[in-house]
Amino acid sequence: MNPHHKAYNPYISPFDPCPPIQTKTYSTPPHLYMGFQPLNLEQFTPAEALRAGTLWKPFFDPYFSPHELAKGGGQS
Amino acid sequence: MWVYEKKLQYPVRVSGCNPMLAKFLIEQYGGADGELAAALRYLNQRYTIPGKVIGLLNDIGTEELAHLEMIATMVYKLTKDATPDQMKAAGLGEHYADHDKALFYHNAAGEPWSAKYIQAKGDPIADLYEDIAAEEKARATYQWIINMSDDPDLNDGLRFLREREIIHSQRFREAVEILKDERDRKVIF
Amino acid sequence: MTQVPAEYYQLMEQLQAVDFVLVELTLYLDTHPGDQQSIQQFNQFAKERKRLKKLFESQFGPLLQYGNSYSAYPWNWSESPWPWEV
Repeated sequence: MNPHHKAYNPYISPFDPCPPIQTKTYSTPPHLYMGFQPLNLEQFTPAEALRAGTLWKPFFDPYFSPHELAKGGGQS
Repeated sequence: MWVYEKKLQYPVRVSGCNPMLAKFLIEQYGGADGELAAALRYLNQRYTIPGKVIGLLNDIGTEELAHLEMIATMVYKLTKDATPDQMKAAGLGEHYADHDKALFYHNAAGEPWSAKYIQAKGDPIADLYEDIAAEEKARATYQWIINMSDDPDLNDGLRFLREREIIHSQRFREAVEILKDERDRKVIF
Repeated sequence: MTQVPAEYYQLMEQLQAVDFVLVELTLYLDTHPGDQQSIQQFNQFAKERKRLKKLFESQFGPLLQYGNSYSAYPWNWSESPWPWEV
């Protein structure tokens, strides 16, 4: 599992009409653990940084939809 | 003053004509946690915040205007050549009746943008905590829109915008630390 | 109406990449004003963005106006395409 996701299991009632989602996940992106950004964090090249949305590798947290994950996306 | 640059912050593309995705995406144009609200919130708060963090509010507020233009570009491209029937089928009949293809500052449910979305409390900590929350809420909105979208090019642009929310949240958290005067203790030289 | 050539997109993305580094460093330096090495990197990229701006504008017209770019004759600032159109 992506380290920037956490999971929990909601209570399932026999009277819930939709097929139950056993496990729910939520995002816990890297900035939550960073504190004040230290000096000299590892950087992307400018072209990579633009595509990533951040200059610094430790902040990079790409988010993919279920569609994209099912198609084998999100491996980058 | 501001000087306009004839360039988007990020090369925005969409894969297809898809007015339904435009209907969802308008949430980030004129919604409570959208880019307009973000830009106006930060640029307005900067007048009454300690000097040490004015620059940050100024610069993040300015970047939000660039994000507003990216969202507008996405909505424009997703609807540009859609027929009235396509607009209607996508749930944009009401929008079309009032605006044709014009963009309008409202949320995905059609509620017009309101200054009620943004607070300026005049208390630096209260304001920065609101800003951090706004970034996390905008990040979540991007997640939910990505979850509903099957447009790979659109998602590429939305992933960029979601990552920017993470960086802005980081900087606002640092601003709180600066105002707590704990900055020097935390920097390791 | 003529469309912009492939070089427009290539050169634009080069400029976007350099400018993105400058945006990131600006926000970072707003909270880290004493990081000398990052200021050095910032100034180096500021120089590179000047070079790319000049190169882009020589082929595709002004990026800025109100006098922040020179104008050709006739006035070409208000010509299409605008960023959301390309």
